[in-house]
Amino acid sequence: MSTRGYSSDEVMTVTAARALADGMACFVGIGLPSTAANLARRTHAPNLWLVYESGTLGARPDTLPLSIGDGVLAETADTVVSVPEVFNYWLQPGRIDVGFLGAAQIDRFANINTTVVGDYDAPRVRLPGAGGAPEIAASCREVVVVVRQSRRTFVAAVDFVTSVGYGKGPGERERLGLRGGGPSRVITDLGVLEPDPRTCELTLVSVHPGVEPEEVRAATGWELAVSPELATTPEPTADELAVLRSLTGR
Amino acid sequence: MIVSLEEGVRELVHDGDTVALEGFTHLIPVAAGHEIIRQRRRGLTLVRMTPDIVYDQLIGAGSATRLVFSWGGNPGVGSLHRFRDAVQNAWPAPLEIEEHSHAGMANRYVAGASGLPFAVLRGYTGTDLVGRTANIAAITCPFTGEQLTAVPALNPDVTIVHAQRADRRGNVQMWGITGVQKEAVLAARRSLVTVEEVVDELEPVPGQVLLPSRVVTAVARVPGGAAPSYAHGYYSRDNDAYQAWDPISRDRAAFGRWLEREVFGRAAAAQGGDAAR
Repeated sequence: MSTRGYSSDEVMTVTAARALADGMACFVGIGLPSTAANLARRTHAPNLWLVYESGTLGARPDTLPLSIGDGVLAETADTVVSVPEVFNYWLQPGRIDVGFLGAAQIDRFANINTTVVGDYDAPRVRLPGAGGAPEIAASCREVVVVVRQSRRTFVAAVDFVTSVGYGKGPGERERLGLRGGGPSRVITDLGVLEPDPRTCELTLVSVHPGVEPEEVRAATGWELAVSPELATTPEPTADELAVLRSLTGR
Repeated sequence: MIVSLEEGVRELVHDGDTVALEGFTHLIPVAAGHEIIRQRRRGLTLVRMTPDIVYDQLIGAGSATRLVFSWGGNPGVGSLHRFRDAVQNAWPAPLEIEEHSHAGMANRYVAGASGLPFAVLRGYTGTDLVGRTANIAAITCPFTGEQLTAVPALNPDVTIVHAQRADRRGNVQMWGITGVQKEAVLAARRSLVTVEEVVDELEPVPGQVLLPSRVVTAVARVPGGAAPSYAHGYYSRDNDAYQAWDPISRDRAAFGRWLEREVFGRAAAAQGGDAAR
């Protein structure tokens, strides 16, 4: 907790929640994305439609689930469908507006690695793997990535492309035939990055209150471009912080 | 049809088999996994979309030589350290892996259940899974010429799932989050279902999945057989147990002690594995 009265994780989560508009269909992963999505639903987006890959459509959990298949999701959902159905009938045809993803590594074109650090056949760190992410990244209308920023995570090139952002740059998503729009923003504990419309390269567009652009550049493993219209993220409101803390039990 | 857990595993799971234990966070057949360890099965190809702590335990115990999966982790906690140790250090034995995405694995079961050789989806394109996993191929739609992805059917030798109830004829009923269990059972050559209770009549429940007895090889009554995952309507997920697994999983010696105490130190019956009475 800084002297500002909120932590860097809290401003990250609040900023991520604000990325969700009311009424959107949102494919939610567990952890920070689930916290942010539920914060949005409890504040400015009461009609946010949460889809968890366990098959719970329209879940309205009153407490934060620890896993994507907690009982509270099934009990509060509009309907519970099978796992093949959630991927084939809901995600694949483009019925989901926004996918929320985390990352162990992310590169300048917002490609995501959650598979291995190091060589695939002799990994330094074996990570959980793909899960639903490759098709979420391919098929949602847009993708929001929520991840803490450091040189370990923000790397010039990911060791393994688990989920495609903009591949090697402009035009690659179209060449691959990916129907979703790709990552629209990356929200970190330091600021907000968006792909440059021309180069597709992640560019710093906003810093959180009290954060200097140089800090963000120092936490990035490539020469991070900074938008000429660099903004400062609006502070979390007292209401947002109160709801967030009630959700996370702090 | 109605058997003890010990008998079900002994009859249906053989060394070298391809075995799927399915359950998407909910209804994970944990007691059956422990019985496989207890009976010291070897050389298994373990299949599961979301290998979590019971697969960590099977891998750490040396039951598996191969894992086919799409996400291997301790949900909400972090990584599986027995799985990591096997992949990174070949401990206690080398573990060959074949990894997919959830969409790919789900469709592989659908193809298996449908009697088709492969499934088609929009998936994997542009990822490094293509080329790393041999069972992912590009395919051209014969009608539109569009490039899509094909993955082969999954047909396990045996699929094991946990459900809330069965009747005495072996019809099985489950509800809540039912994941990919129906497809995994229909895709398998044999199936074993552990249940919370065996009843005379299955009262319909909204949103239920019913597996007719003709696709169920054997049912074992194992109350609590999904713990520390949960059985909707019976008991909740023991989130603390998932947290507590992390330090045990990180340490080979701690894991060895856990295995002796919680698996080999207990008979199948002590986990509730007895024939229906």
